[in-house]
Amino acid sequence: MNKRFVSLWFRHLLTDRLALRQPKLKDVPFILVGAERNRQVVMAANHLAEAQGAVTGMAAADAKAIVPGLQVIDHIPGQADKLLKALGEWCIRYSPLIAVDLPDGLLMDVSGCAHLWGSEHAYLKAIVTQLISKGYDVRGAMADTVGAAWGVARFGREKPIIAPDRQMDALLNLPPAALRLDQLTLERLQKLGFYTIKGFIGLGRSAMRRRFGDCFLLRLNQALGTEDEPMQVLHPVESYSERLPCMEPICTAPGIEIAIKTLLEKLCRRLQGEGKGLRTAVLRGYRVDGLVIGTAIDTNRATHHVGHLFKLFELKISTLEPALGIELFTLDAPKVEDVEPGQELLWSAEGCGLADTSLAELLDKLANKIGAGNIHRFLPQEHYWPERSIKTSASLKEKPATPWRTGRARPSLLLPRPERIEVTALIPDYPPMLFIYKNKVHHIKKADGPERIEREWWLEQGEHRDYYQVEDENGQRYWLFRSGHYTGDQSNQWFIHGFFA
Amino acid sequence: MPESKKDIISQLQKDILLWQGFTPPMAGQARGIGLGVLEQAFPNHVFPTGNVHEMLCPTPEHAAATSGFISGILTSLMQNGGACLWISTSRKLFPPALIAFDVEPDRLIFIDVQREKDILWVMEEALKCKGLSAVIAEVRNISFAQSRRLQLAVESSKVTGFLLRNDLRRLSSTTCVARWQISHLPSEPEDELPGVGFPRWQVDLLRVRNGNPGSWNLEWAEGHFITINEEAETILPERLIAV
Repeated sequence: MNKRFVSLWFRHLLTDRLALRQPKLKDVPFILVGAERNRQVVMAANHLAEAQGAVTGMAAADAKAIVPGLQVIDHIPGQADKLLKALGEWCIRYSPLIAVDLPDGLLMDVSGCAHLWGSEHAYLKAIVTQLISKGYDVRGAMADTVGAAWGVARFGREKPIIAPDRQMDALLNLPPAALRLDQLTLERLQKLGFYTIKGFIGLGRSAMRRRFGDCFLLRLNQALGTEDEPMQVLHPVESYSERLPCMEPICTAPGIEIAIKTLLEKLCRRLQGEGKGLRTAVLRGYRVDGLVIGTAIDTNRATHHVGHLFKLFELKISTLEPALGIELFTLDAPKVEDVEPGQELLWSAEGCGLADTSLAELLDKLANKIGAGNIHRFLPQEHYWPERSIKTSASLKEKPATPWRTGRARPSLLLPRPERIEVTALIPDYPPMLFIYKNKVHHIKKADGPERIEREWWLEQGEHRDYYQVEDENGQRYWLFRSGHYTGDQSNQWFIHGFFA
Repeated sequence: MPESKKDIISQLQKDILLWQGFTPPMAGQARGIGLGVLEQAFPNHVFPTGNVHEMLCPTPEHAAATSGFISGILTSLMQNGGACLWISTSRKLFPPALIAFDVEPDRLIFIDVQREKDILWVMEEALKCKGLSAVIAEVRNISFAQSRRLQLAVESSKVTGFLLRNDLRRLSSTTCVARWQISHLPSEPEDELPGVGFPRWQVDLLRVRNGNPGSWNLEWAEGHFITINEEAETILPERLIAV
């Protein structure tokens, strides 16, 4: 299909923005001043200042001398980029592929978009009038190539829409600056007397390369369409993405629910056809006031089940603020995986364990409400040190790499950190006779141990632990340990680490 | 006719149980859960799976004993390869301990919730999920209405739920099918060997719907529960003396 591009040129981008922010600046000439090579230079001037002779690039002092009553405002670097990005986001309602064209323009790939507005003329008019009504002084042009659209938007005197394959004719009468050339080349062309593109386009290619360099030829070819020009779009198109423009702005929860359902049905039908399922989905809503709101969900396993995905989004609807209304919904699936088609069970067993679909769906729901970081499953790890003997598992499918250790008894409850106890131990390497934990005396009747567990010296330094499994007079069982070797002084050596069943 | 009267009464009792939702087990499906004599206390002599049980554990020691007892029950609940959810705000359960009760610790999924309020939400959602074998939650307090929501959730899914309650001061009535308290008993050393014997608990069934509350002494040894007879224990020393 033939490509079509629109270039938008904001003639007074920064000053228009300031005038929108501070209405009192609307009717006074003002300039934005910034430092450039230790000089105060005019970075931007509004149309009133420009009409009186203060132009961009002039020294600030000169501008002040020319224009009486000129307001001077400090320029903030990086403002243009930010503003263009915001305008680009807003323009996504006209086309999904928008690129920022610094310092003062936007580029849009509008292939296949214009017919939705009736005609190319109506389409371009809609964009430009919308932006002008917002308060920006903008010119736009449409052509087959980025270069031609750029040149016509800035230097074109006649119609802004260049018919397909006519970019050569349109460029002929434009000055060389319409080709986006650097200052040095432009000066050289000027010196040689080439005031329009017509003058040099008939020259031999090799002669042009020799005189003006490769870059010059590249720009020329890009404008004529013989060379491709990549665009750095604001939102790279997700391969799995659905859009839902709304006739009227949506501002109620039931409306959003319907929108999500419609989008999910479309997306899931496509995923199902290709045997894929999504792992993450991002919902965005483009609001009337220009802001973009959004929310995202994750799933534990690839799925294209509309009901389940809708339930996940349902929990998030309350976080969306439609304000005056949402004009456009988009649903992207940045992470997509193959779905293993499950076989229908002839009779349902009592849960098929971790592979169960309903369990995965439950965990998705919990993860989206309380956070995926709060759901754990543990696998054994080859360490004797109790704190390190288990590790959290990343996925439900992961199987234990080593068998669970069965040899030694481990307590049912393990304290997050061992707590100090007072003991009476008479004989070295024997369990204590009694211990005091939380002001309660426990007389030890039976005991097993010691089980010595060394610290892994390659991981950390410190004393080893001698663990004892003890039972008091009521049959309650504890896991105690002595840190380090027996010394006469036992005041700070003994700890309780767990409770046995 | 006293016999027919007896028949009528027992028939009526069965009908009442049926109306209250206790269907008698189908022939061939009746299987114990390994609790032995204790199961006689329940209606139809079957441990009510697909219900919510309430366990009182005022101290960490009780909690440890309760987790052991539940693990023993999980052994038979999860024997078909099912998974289990453990919900708590401050998790202390040490997964490797479960292997002593023949439960694979990697089939347990732990949900750590920040707020007490979320526990009941998570539990309700989990109890609705048919793919689980059991759901265990550590809660401080639960109102009658909240327990009713849980009951409604299990009625359709037939998942067994356990509520571990660690605050006994605000103990209100709930819709739970049974209320238990598990406490430790001193273990008996095996064959006069030194050291600690098999875990032994006093299982108090404080309340049970349509059943008979009671108290039993159980021991977990070699993969199943063993009911300890008080008399047997008293006989044992005599026999030893005689020898």
